[in-house]
Amino acid sequence: MHEAFVEKYARTGHLPTIWCPGCGLGTAMRILMRALADLEIDPGRLVVVSGIGCSSRMVGYLDCNTVHTTHGRALAVATGIKLARPELTVVAAMGDGDAASIGGNHLIHAARRNLDITTLVLNNSIYGMTSGQTSPMTPHEAVTTTAPLGNLEHKFHLCDMVRGAGATYIARASTYHHMLAGRLLKEALRHRGFAFVELLTQCPVYFGRFNRMSNPSDMLRWLRDNAVKYVPGQEKELRDEQFYIGELFRDETKIDYGELLRQLRELVRSREAKGS
Amino acid sequence: MAHTVLLQGNEACAEGAVYAGCRFYGGYPITPSSEIAEYLSRRLPLVGGTFVQMEDEIASIASVIGASMAGVKAMTATSGPGFSLMQENLDLAAVTETPVVIVNSMRGGPSTGLPTATGQGDLMQARWGSHSDHPVVALAPAGAQEMFDLTVRAFNIAEHLRLPVVLLPEAVVSHIREAVRIPDAGEMEVIERHQPESYDGGRFFKRNEHGLAFPPTLGGGFHPHYTGLAHAEDGFPTSDPETAGKFIEGLNLKVAANVELLTDYEAEAVDDAELILASFGVTGRACQHVARILREQGRRVGYFRPRILWPFPEARLRELSRTARAFLVAELNLGQMRLEVERVVCGRARVVGLHKVDGTMLEIDEVLAAASEVPADA
Amino acid sequence: MAPPTERYEILLSGSGGQGIILGGIVLAEAGIAEGLKVVQTASYGPESRGGASRSQVILSREDIDYPGVIRPHFVFVLTQLAADKYAHTVSPDGFVLADASWVEAIPQHLPAPVIALRLSEEAASRFGMALFANAIGLGFFIERTRVLKPESVTEVLGRRVPKHYREANLEAFAFGQELAREKSASG
Repeated sequence: MHEAFVEKYARTGHLPTIWCPGCGLGTAMRILMRALADLEIDPGRLVVVSGIGCSSRMVGYLDCNTVHTTHGRALAVATGIKLARPELTVVAAMGDGDAASIGGNHLIHAARRNLDITTLVLNNSIYGMTSGQTSPMTPHEAVTTTAPLGNLEHKFHLCDMVRGAGATYIARASTYHHMLAGRLLKEALRHRGFAFVELLTQCPVYFGRFNRMSNPSDMLRWLRDNAVKYVPGQEKELRDEQFYIGELFRDETKIDYGELLRQLRELVRSREAKGS
Repeated sequence: MAHTVLLQGNEACAEGAVYAGCRFYGGYPITPSSEIAEYLSRRLPLVGGTFVQMEDEIASIASVIGASMAGVKAMTATSGPGFSLMQENLDLAAVTETPVVIVNSMRGGPSTGLPTATGQGDLMQARWGSHSDHPVVALAPAGAQEMFDLTVRAFNIAEHLRLPVVLLPEAVVSHIREAVRIPDAGEMEVIERHQPESYDGGRFFKRNEHGLAFPPTLGGGFHPHYTGLAHAEDGFPTSDPETAGKFIEGLNLKVAANVELLTDYEAEAVDDAELILASFGVTGRACQHVARILREQGRRVGYFRPRILWPFPEARLRELSRTARAFLVAELNLGQMRLEVERVVCGRARVVGLHKVDGTMLEIDEVLAAASEVPADA
Repeated sequence: MAPPTERYEILLSGSGGQGIILGGIVLAEAGIAEGLKVVQTASYGPESRGGASRSQVILSREDIDYPGVIRPHFVFVLTQLAADKYAHTVSPDGFVLADASWVEAIPQHLPAPVIALRLSEEAASRFGMALFANAIGLGFFIERTRVLKPESVTEVLGRRVPKHYREANLEAFAFGQELAREKSASG
């Protein structure tokens, strides 16, 4: 028998998952389910949308309304769902390739619109499902199947990007920092507006193996050692492999897009009523 | 109240969508479809609907799929270049059995082409543009009234068969202004989303005797899983060849199994015709005019115009190919409808094409000249 | 001339910004008010102003099959380019109205009469803007042919133009009608 929150939020009949032994996605899924359970979110009114990739497979295992779309398009589909049915809780869960590469544009605009959606990017720094190609989150000089001699490109910080785009809750943690991750995810789910949580996770079979960290605990240590607790006002110069963790930004004042649309409808209808 | 008003084709299409119950539009501007977006940006909030300008055409069709999965009738509109971008997600709609309406206002192509000129080059793409075998229905309005009527029809077909439906007006039809009669509420049939009360054993995608499945609306109490992966009747991915094969065949058979509902064409004087002028859209109206002129001159000429282009009206054309001697297929492309007519006619009659790809409409004298060149004893 | 029994074809052409398309819409809408079947199509270049603009209108008692103008009964040209392109397409039982303020080389030897009037200059001096040449032309056409009732056209014209131009447009229309009466009187 599984724990209560797993029974409630997982399609236990479909377990075990397809993820590799040592993969961080199982941990990430537990973190999400526990957060949902703590907030008592009704699975019948919860929609989780994903794209394509290992991370996107999570929707198959979550026992709620799940939508497994095309590569990079989770947020665009989620936009339609949330605007059509504002009363539903909508979560988008994607990997780094899905969200930052092919889906980058949709991420920018979903953040810009400040849609009341929670976006969870599971960043394992590689394209796992297709066996280990470079992703926009792969660190400079790391080895992948499409960068066998080391990545020429640099990654960028998604959290900075969504901040520029207009997201109103931004946080980062890793599967090593699972307690912190759970707290941040709950805040994100509670937040009214575009909430973005980046969760660094380990891919020991590809990223780890290609970069001399094939033992999952080595990768978890790597995540631990490169995490820097974010303290506002005390920003430091980060090394290439380092990243901030914690709540990075929050704005509770900006009105979410769905609410703006609702106000617009009221406005045009009252004008119409006055006119006639 | 039913009333007749001068409407542009695009406006009539938008009104048809609203009449059919469309309450979500996600779109990206592109000539010559932008008026649909502009019109709905004003109209939808008035009826409690949602208009959102998405960041590109891919996002547009994705948002429309999402809204429809959530139970709200949804539409997007674009032109050739945008329609090309939408192909992948068109498949997603087909595979998840999500009703969506996509308007492709065809302009001069290919590539950026002739943005303010007309064309009919996307007929084959509407059928085959998305990868692999997938079901799709396409309609071709020839004027502003049909922009209204066939948009309502498109929504009904999408809801009934649970698949994407493409509306293919050429640019001229999008911008033409004609008298459009807007019917009373209830006068024209509007098919609503069918949400079954229960599903046997969680088999959300089980097909009924007509080959149709009605998977649940999101947030309706069921916990459906929607995926683009080949899936079993419960919606979950499968790699078992038998299940996958059955799934793909069943998906595609939806159209063939319901073809009587999907047959709609306009034909005049074809029963005794030796020569049949065939086309779609506004080009079809030129054929109609020329067929009438030639009849007055004593030639046995008929006219045939599919309003539903895909599935192609094979049965009627096959019949006609046994009595007519020749078909002249006129179109603003290099021979797409002609390929279908050739296929269906299968050598029983001569098939000649009249093709124009310079961005302008076919003129009456061009069609007359071409018809006169088809030998009388073909 | 009485209201059309079979298709009556109208072609308006000029440069962008001269109200060509609006003119077509006005005639089409007036046709609907009188219970006729109508089609209005337009073509234009990508420029918002300048460039070439063409509006076609068909009025008929019967359903209209081909929505393109084949042999226009009324051709209205407001630029030299328009005159060169379209004047010769006029039907023998129609006429051409050319804005002589812009059309210097009036087309000759056409199967139908060509009436050249300095419409834009009249519009500018009498009503303050060359733009009203369009309305003058419409008034001339309606008075001469009576294909539609003047009040059908003025009702739509008054509704379709910006409010602050309404007065001027209606006066320009009436002036066009006056010009037509003078013309038919002088033969």
